[in-house]
Amino acid sequence: MRGLTKLTLVQMKLYLREPVAAFFTLFFAPLMLLLFGFIYGNDPVPIFGNRGMMDVSVPAYMALIIATVGLMAVPIGTASRRETGVLRRFRATPLRPTAYLISEVAVYFGMTLLGVLLLIAVGRAVYDVRFEGRLLDVIVGFALASASFLTTGYLIASLAPTARVAQVVGMIVFYPMIFLSGATIPLQVLPETVQNVARFIPLTYAVRLLQGLWFGDPWGDHLREVAALTGLLVVGGIAAARTFRWSAD
Amino acid sequence: MSEAIVVEDLCKSYGDVRAVDGVSFTVYTGEIFGMVGPNGAGKTTTVECVEGLRRPDRGTIRVLGFDPQRDGYALRERIGVQLQEAALPDRIRVDEAMSLFASLYPRSVDWRPLLEQVGLTDKQRSFFADLSGGQKQRLFVALALVNDPDLIFLDELTTGLDPQARRAMWDLVRGMRERGKTVFLTTHYMEEAERLCNRVAIIDHGRIVALDTPENLIRSLGAEQRVVFTADGGWDGAVLRGVPGVTRVERIGERVVVYGRGERLVGGVVGALERMGVRFRDLHTEQPSLEDVFLALTGREMRE
Repeated sequence: MRGLTKLTLVQMKLYLREPVAAFFTLFFAPLMLLLFGFIYGNDPVPIFGNRGMMDVSVPAYMALIIATVGLMAVPIGTASRRETGVLRRFRATPLRPTAYLISEVAVYFGMTLLGVLLLIAVGRAVYDVRFEGRLLDVIVGFALASASFLTTGYLIASLAPTARVAQVVGMIVFYPMIFLSGATIPLQVLPETVQNVARFIPLTYAVRLLQGLWFGDPWGDHLREVAALTGLLVVGGIAAARTFRWSAD
Repeated sequence: MSEAIVVEDLCKSYGDVRAVDGVSFTVYTGEIFGMVGPNGAGKTTTVECVEGLRRPDRGTIRVLGFDPQRDGYALRERIGVQLQEAALPDRIRVDEAMSLFASLYPRSVDWRPLLEQVGLTDKQRSFFADLSGGQKQRLFVALALVNDPDLIFLDELTTGLDPQARRAMWDLVRGMRERGKTVFLTTHYMEEAERLCNRVAIIDHGRIVALDTPENLIRSLGAEQRVVFTADGGWDGAVLRGVPGVTRVERIGERVVVYGRGERLVGGVVGALERMGVRFRDLHTEQPSLEDVFLALTGREMRE
């Protein structure tokens, strides 16, 4: 137990010491918020149901952070630790593999949460964004979406033969997803074709669920989103558990 | 002598390749046991099966009384492992790594003296990625000792190190034996095995082709030693052939090589030269080495 706590603390430090990962997890979304806020402001507009651009962007960017950690940090981190032999070194200690994974997932989840809290803080402080939902609902929705995408990240790491491939696959999945799901640009302002494509993109469901819960929708309005994310979590989780490798050979 | 490791009929294949093909050996408590052979001979596979990191296809293994497959976690609490291919996260600091690994074991020793021992005290705030190859290797040795293990595995400990760093490592390994530890090491440097190991298993193509003390292995070869020196001409080389034990004398210009056997060979040769009043320089002996043993057993040179 002492080992697990220690490992989690060290992993947290390691995450924050990677400048790229730390920047994209913690500062990228708040900076985007400031940038788009500067351009569009936060005046209520009919297209967003009489809410402002910043109001809808904060929950959407939560999904962006979730995707950043799940689809970029997890595959690259996991595959490169497998490739260089970090995982093998831990395997040669009495540390249980599940304990290692629990600590790692806790850190990824914690970093995602930290990024989201920073985002909300900036949104509240600078644009006084509206929050009309219930805190517990948003936390549960956030946890579900985050778990689904962390799992996807582990699956990508497992399927990719090398760290380089994991990185490329992560990017190929990540970039179209963040632009076509409403995680960066609201779907409402995009053409109908894009909105149709968006239905096939898992991140769309995270954006919709988080926006819905943020503005106080009941869960009943979002069963489809919950089903999609839970499906991703379960299917991805089983596949990742079956294909996970501790060593490159 | 109690047994630290008992391996019987270990087999492990990767696809069609039989990496380890019926290997049996015993490592006794308190000895430095070496497994030597060329790259790809099956050393690492054997070690990793013994550590419980790989599952053998066949064979039985007992390590400190444990079955590495069934009681792997209990076993790993009591062994120290330096892997041939391993890394730590780039941005972990040396002292963080030490204290993290110490925390993973129910029993651990103070890691600061360990860092001191491997000469990394002044590097303890460095990131892993900023260490040199030799420093990384020394850190891995320190990590392998953090749980005060009874049995230490060193897989290709000195590969890629410069001669000076290699010698420093050898001193560390001898220090482990002096503290009563059992060491199982693999190497493809015959000289390393010869200098460090109490007993050596020579492995080739997944099979042990010889297992004994380095001295016995070399003696069993029956190879001749050589006395080599330089001397000005004008003396009769035939006289040396009369010295007991000498089998053959070669003269190439001023350089003379005397082949022969027996402990009194050198004394006999020197005595004969003195009696003839020959002025000789640079006299030294060349002993057959494990390298010669490997060559004799496999018909091939060991290559790095």
